[in-house]
Amino acid sequence: MAKERGDRDDTGMSSAENEKAQPIQGPVLFYNDTVIDHFTNPRNVGEMEPGEANGYALVGDPACGDQMKLWIRVDSGRITDIRFKSFGCPGAIATSSMATCMARGKTLEEAAELTDDDVVRALGGIPEDKKHCSLLGIMALQKAIDDYLLGRMCAEEGDDLS
Amino acid sequence: MIYLDHNATTPVSPQVLQAMMPFFQERFGNASSFCRIGRIARTALEEARASVAACIHASPDEIVFTGSGTEADNLALRGVCRAFHGRKRHVVTSAIEHHAVLKTCEDLEEQGIAVTRLPVDCRGMVDPDQVKNSLTPHTVLISIMAANNETGVIQPIASISRIARSRGILFHTDAVQAFGKIPVSVDDLGIDLMTLSAHKIYGPKGIGALYVRKGSAMAPILTGGSHERGKRAGTENIAAIAGFAQAAELAEKHLAEEAVRLAALRDAFEKEVVQRIARARVNGRDAPRVPNTSSLSFASVDGESVLLHLDLKGICASTGSACATGSPEPSHVMRAMGLSPMDAQSTIRFSLGRDTSQGDLDFTVGVLADAISKLRHISSTA
Repeated sequence: MAKERGDRDDTGMSSAENEKAQPIQGPVLFYNDTVIDHFTNPRNVGEMEPGEANGYALVGDPACGDQMKLWIRVDSGRITDIRFKSFGCPGAIATSSMATCMARGKTLEEAAELTDDDVVRALGGIPEDKKHCSLLGIMALQKAIDDYLLGRMCAEEGDDLS
Repeated sequence: MIYLDHNATTPVSPQVLQAMMPFFQERFGNASSFCRIGRIARTALEEARASVAACIHASPDEIVFTGSGTEADNLALRGVCRAFHGRKRHVVTSAIEHHAVLKTCEDLEEQGIAVTRLPVDCRGMVDPDQVKNSLTPHTVLISIMAANNETGVIQPIASISRIARSRGILFHTDAVQAFGKIPVSVDDLGIDLMTLSAHKIYGPKGIGALYVRKGSAMAPILTGGSHERGKRAGTENIAAIAGFAQAAELAEKHLAEEAVRLAALRDAFEKEVVQRIARARVNGRDAPRVPNTSSLSFASVDGESVLLHLDLKGICASTGSACATGSPEPSHVMRAMGLSPMDAQSTIRFSLGRDTSQGDLDFTVGVLADAISKLRHISSTA
């Protein structure tokens, strides 16, 4: 029986696939179509002004020189906007894009639970020697959330002092 | 497909394939066999040896066929060090050698051989004076490539070999990227050992050769039968060797006209790239280069990302070298030339060949400009 494919969402996957991503079988040698789609049409590219974003991170992988900047806007504990810029290989760009798609709309608690494996699975796998690239998106996301939480804590302390 | 990766490998030319075909079935003999079919193989082997030797002005008995250029590099380095039984324990090479030389040197270091890796200037050239200053009474071998695989920069081989000769030190050069692109005469250049490979000159993969000047001390690294006059055991791959000889002859025949044609195409391509794309640089532009190679760096973009954009439009190029693809470290050649890790990571190699046309390159410049503009738009470092 042919598998029914749901409507494709922003991640480029059907919603059914998105909910139940299967473990990847065997070694992945090349970039697949989903990775290439996120590479050629990366989602959520851009920068946010300090007034728009309330969380920011700059992360780099010194092993290969990849770099990512990430901005998030958090309203009532939920990521309502997210933007990124990346310097790196197709794997780094695609995982950055997918990580922003997955984080958008999530509560901070949900977003904090995302792992690089989740991103790789959502992309349908990336080549083994590119696995380290997938760390960038999640690392940036966690750091941006920390940055937001730290900013709020400082603001609260400021309130207490006044 | 527009194929601009001829320094990685080339297609086997029709004449080469034709020269190889008889040796798979009707003339399948073992060149070491006594019987008639063996003698036929032996004759083909020695004819091929003479052809390859003639292309580099060597005599046939100075050619040792190997399974690859990498094996020839290993044989030169390990074989010479072994021949000296550790009496001399120092090798001089450069920071921009192919990994076949660099990794072999690392292994020799573990066996107690001292290795000096000379730097290059910003043009990517080794300085012969630095070679001279690095020599010690223990130096057994100098190994400097003839032309670099990533930049195409031609090294001052004749000057270095004069220094080696005056000190009684053997001189090896990896000429895999020079052979067939510029004249390499072992006598004019004063070379003692030289690595060649067939698949860079429209010959088959899996066959290389080491030129070994008569009287040079070199021990085998593969032991077994007495093939290749005891220098390389293993039944000779006659089909591949016949293909190699045919490829070498054709390369030699077309060398002069192809060099002029490719240099004109390459220079026009580089001019166009630099005009149309901001912050583009040509690596090794001010050095003598083999005519087909262009190494370009584009600030703020990753080389592999550029490659994928090109690939999606049917253009095949490469970052640094094909061997470095998949390794996270940026090119050791670009780093040695003084590029930052990020600029090194933004480097693309275009290597032109026999079928490359003006139209191919015009199309490539357009796709390249689009790809870089797109990547810079999303780059965090632009």
